[in-house]
Amino acid sequence: MARVIVDVMPKPELLDPQGKAVAGALPRLGFDQFQAVRQGKRFELEVSGPPAPALLEAARQAAVTVLSNPVIEDVVSVRFDEGAPSAAQSDTVPSAVDLPAALPQDPA
Amino acid sequence: MTTRIGVVTFPGTLDERDALRAIGLAGAEGVSLWHADRSLHQVDAVVLPGGFSYGDYLRAGAIARFAPVMELVVEAAHGGLPVLGICNGFQVLTESHLLPGSMIKNNHLTFVCREQRLRVESNRTAWTNQFSPGQEIVIPLKNQDGQFVADESTLDQLEAEGRVVFRYQGWNPNGSRRDIAGITNAGGNVVGLMPHPEHAVEPGFGPDTATAPRSGQDGLTFFASLIARLQGTG
Repeated sequence: MARVIVDVMPKPELLDPQGKAVAGALPRLGFDQFQAVRQGKRFELEVSGPPAPALLEAARQAAVTVLSNPVIEDVVSVRFDEGAPSAAQSDTVPSAVDLPAALPQDPA
Repeated sequence: MTTRIGVVTFPGTLDERDALRAIGLAGAEGVSLWHADRSLHQVDAVVLPGGFSYGDYLRAGAIARFAPVMELVVEAAHGGLPVLGICNGFQVLTESHLLPGSMIKNNHLTFVCREQRLRVESNRTAWTNQFSPGQEIVIPLKNQDGQFVADESTLDQLEAEGRVVFRYQGWNPNGSRRDIAGITNAGGNVVGLMPHPEHAVEPGFGPDTATAPRSGQDGLTFFASLIARLQGTG
């Protein structure tokens, strides 16, 4: 089984009211390192069978047709999450595949 | 013949009964339409009422757009059928691309419910032709996701083409761009606005006025305008 991850974010030029509210709450809890917060949406589309390019293309179509509104949002990422934990393990910590591919490597 | 105005109910719609009652008080016949209907039942116009269609999940109005009845409404609207979208109905109209722009959360992040003063910017629509240009009206406003946004070129185009129909007066209750409360399409048959005309149609239940409490009936003029337009006098 494969899973397609679709990430949708509010457009940069729009003030994101929800992100602004979160940004206001963080310093009150002692997290004063973060100057701004933007809140987006992550969709997990589960498919049976192996990950195929056509599935990714269908997910892209769904992303621009219904999962996002191009007036206020951008689809920032559509990708396979092939190492997704099964539903029974969904409480576990996300695996490393959720991390950006370009994560700095230890020079050792 | 009596004007027949359809009122669509989606799962989660709240104000369809108020809209039907307003239509009756204005002298037209309200016709209930269901989201799964595959016919518009020969109505002369359609109202998309307020509420939280499909729980407002995903985005306000986003799932309602794909309801079977909306395919018919969109097609008929392109053919000139008068359509009025109120609050959540306005959100459905933008998601359906019958009107430009979109609505996001109020800039102050709180639900707002108040008697709202508006200026009528255009009386050249199917739903506003019995108002005077520049007329001030008061009708209720109640929303969480009411901040109208669009890019600058779209806003400039709306202004240039006279398609801003209502502007907030006194206080902009949700941070809407250029104080816009309602807009229309190029044909003037489709109008969407965040405030609620159907809640200001009956003495005793409307907004306060200078003469008496709860006596405001400015909402009736929306439906009187539609009747006038269909009878060829508006």
